[in-house]
Amino acid sequence: MNRRDILRRTAAAGLLATPAAGLLAGCATSGGGDDKGDAGTYKGTKSEQNPLGVKEDAPLEVVIFNGGFGEEYAKAHEAMYKEKYPKAEIKHSATQEINKTLQPRFVDGTPPDVVNNSGAGQIDPNGLVSQNALADLGELLAAPSLDQPGKSVKDTLLPGAVDVGSYDGKFLVMNYTYTVYGIWYSTKLFAERNWQYAKTWDEHIALCKQIKAAGIAPWTYAGQHPRYMSWPLISTAIKFGGPSVATAIDNLEPNAWKSDAMKAAADAWYQIVKDKYILDGSPGLDHKQSQTAWCQGKAAFISCGSWLESEQKDVTPAGFNMTVAPTPSLGSGDKLPFEAIRGTAGEPFIVPAKAKNVAGGLEYLRVMLSKKGAQDFTKKVASLTVVAGTTEGVELPFGLSTVVKALEASGSNGFNWVYNNYYRKLERNLVDAACGEFFSGRSTPAEFLDQCQKGADSIAQDSSIKKYKRAA
Amino acid sequence: MRHGRYPLIVSFLLPPLVLYGVFVLSPYLQAFQISTTDWLGYSAQADPVGMANFRTLLHDGYVWNALKNNAILLALVPVLTIALGLFFATMLTMGGRKGRAGVSGVRGTSIYRLVYFFPQVLSVVIIALLWKEIYHPNSGLLNGTLRALGLPAPTWLGDPRFAFWCVLAVMVWSNVGFYVVLFGAAMQAIPRDIYEAVMLDGASRAVMLRKITIPLLWDTVQVAWIYLAIAALDGFILVQLMTNGGPNFSSDVIGMRMYDTAFGSETKFGYASAIGVVMFFLTLSVAVLALRAARRDRIEYS
Repeated sequence: MNRRDILRRTAAAGLLATPAAGLLAGCATSGGGDDKGDAGTYKGTKSEQNPLGVKEDAPLEVVIFNGGFGEEYAKAHEAMYKEKYPKAEIKHSATQEINKTLQPRFVDGTPPDVVNNSGAGQIDPNGLVSQNALADLGELLAAPSLDQPGKSVKDTLLPGAVDVGSYDGKFLVMNYTYTVYGIWYSTKLFAERNWQYAKTWDEHIALCKQIKAAGIAPWTYAGQHPRYMSWPLISTAIKFGGPSVATAIDNLEPNAWKSDAMKAAADAWYQIVKDKYILDGSPGLDHKQSQTAWCQGKAAFISCGSWLESEQKDVTPAGFNMTVAPTPSLGSGDKLPFEAIRGTAGEPFIVPAKAKNVAGGLEYLRVMLSKKGAQDFTKKVASLTVVAGTTEGVELPFGLSTVVKALEASGSNGFNWVYNNYYRKLERNLVDAACGEFFSGRSTPAEFLDQCQKGADSIAQDSSIKKYKRAA
Repeated sequence: MRHGRYPLIVSFLLPPLVLYGVFVLSPYLQAFQISTTDWLGYSAQADPVGMANFRTLLHDGYVWNALKNNAILLALVPVLTIALGLFFATMLTMGGRKGRAGVSGVRGTSIYRLVYFFPQVLSVVIIALLWKEIYHPNSGLLNGTLRALGLPAPTWLGDPRFAFWCVLAVMVWSNVGFYVVLFGAAMQAIPRDIYEAVMLDGASRAVMLRKITIPLLWDTVQVAWIYLAIAALDGFILVQLMTNGGPNFSSDVIGMRMYDTAFGSETKFGYASAIGVVMFFLTLSVAVLALRAARRDRIEYS
């Protein structure tokens, strides 16, 4: 049953049988029409040159999130598309508020053809998926790569790139960048003080003691977004107990947060809280403030993803040389080696199901995933893409080059979790709040895991949230 | 004259009424309708679920927690703001010692009046960011001062014991200036001879404030009360920018819940509208109650 029916019924019931009903029908949820069919969409004929069936003169509309990466890279991709389809008119726009800008257009059934759904104003992916608002990108994966002959697009991608954007086996969200999550430190600071990054937890604690004795806080974190600290903690647990720890959490299995591995990890991390190895005042800092304190040498370690280097570009002193490292191993019993690091695809791009030019949207993503497109992106914004082997011959900034090395060392031991994509609220609100209590010393490891588990249970019990299963 | 009147009235009234209807009334009505659906916001699909959203709301601990905070704001923000506003306004209009027989403000009144009004000129967003830096646990003005005095320096916005009160303080700070000017202007309208008469009778300043000024300002205070009560039920902008409701939901307010449900961590527009409807009725009842409670006879100067 759709909106029109509701209106008709309520109007019939005499509730809205006033002139206001006319106004109502013209607004908010009334747009679109659910059975529009294929009329008004652009389709070309498929051929070897045109595997996705792009209509060459069909206009294409691209909306970019204007955040850390800017919009210049997208303009370059659009130019590449235009080169291939000179008759196509490309409409480009960039915004920081993806959800508020595009929500009416999704409801109206006239969304753009490609959306870079990212940033704080990201549309909850679960919301889009559960409302069937996204086009299946499977066809794109099967299509041949634009400039790597003999390979399909899927063959050119790094491991894990498809998993992250898949919901119940359907590839719906193309995450373009490859992000590594780890612990960051300044090579310069460590060289000056003659410190060595510790590979085991006991050594890490010993090092923290040494750092604190030198008058520097060993750790700081984004107290207002404490979920940043959930990343190394969950990573420690996964390295200790194996990837099944993550699968259980992603699948909302009962007591997944209270597994032995999670308990061991929480107990270990509690040490840095108990021994006051965290910069005073960290709970009151936001991510920028804490990262800046770290860049100023007030703290030695910080947990972040590989966007850190470009985010901190303006305040990082010359020669700081930030390096990413995996979380220390708990002990010799760890299922994954020390080198294993969390790598995952980020920066989501979607093609709305109701876009006029779905084929063009898919083709635009194929341009982005070409070797040329990916290399251009890495050069412009100093970030890796999900396309394998595109860093050859590109000069990388220091931090990013350590990311590449960490990824190589991690190899097939790399791991990831996706509960944050499936259930945005669980990470952003519930686990976030629990981390805030835990890392400021107000809750014990057991209470912390309890609070996370309660959050996960509340999502599991909420019948209005669609659930997804991650393949083991 | 009569002939031309109706077309004139209609042509002046109609456009604003139509605009009001389209942009204010119709969204309100729609919010009521949407609150009875499970609309998820990104398709035209919205199934009616009756009162289910409101039933969920009754058992939603996060909403109750936010409402509790709004109740505290409602109890404290108007009282503190009006008390401070009255105090400063009195000092500015009749606090001066010079010439005990006359009624004048403290020295530098015009400067104070200007300074008090500053926060009103700044946008709320600027105020929030400004105070976020003042509360900065390490390099903030507040902790810098506390450390210089040898006092302990808490993490303010990072501590659930303080975060909410920090926001409350900013809310009062940013509102006081406006009411100083408002009360000040109203005090100017009180005839001087009344004060001179009670002064001759030997009334102290406190008695003057309690027995003369406040009764004569009652209408203005009442208006202030309603405005501040409505502002206290909101508080969204400051909370969102300063703490985002945290840590651990300790500074959450109902507007924040609504925003987060629709645009933040979820896209439950139906449920968010239900929260909005509850907020609407709360605000309405608070305004009505405030009007009722403060009703008194109007005093007219002759």
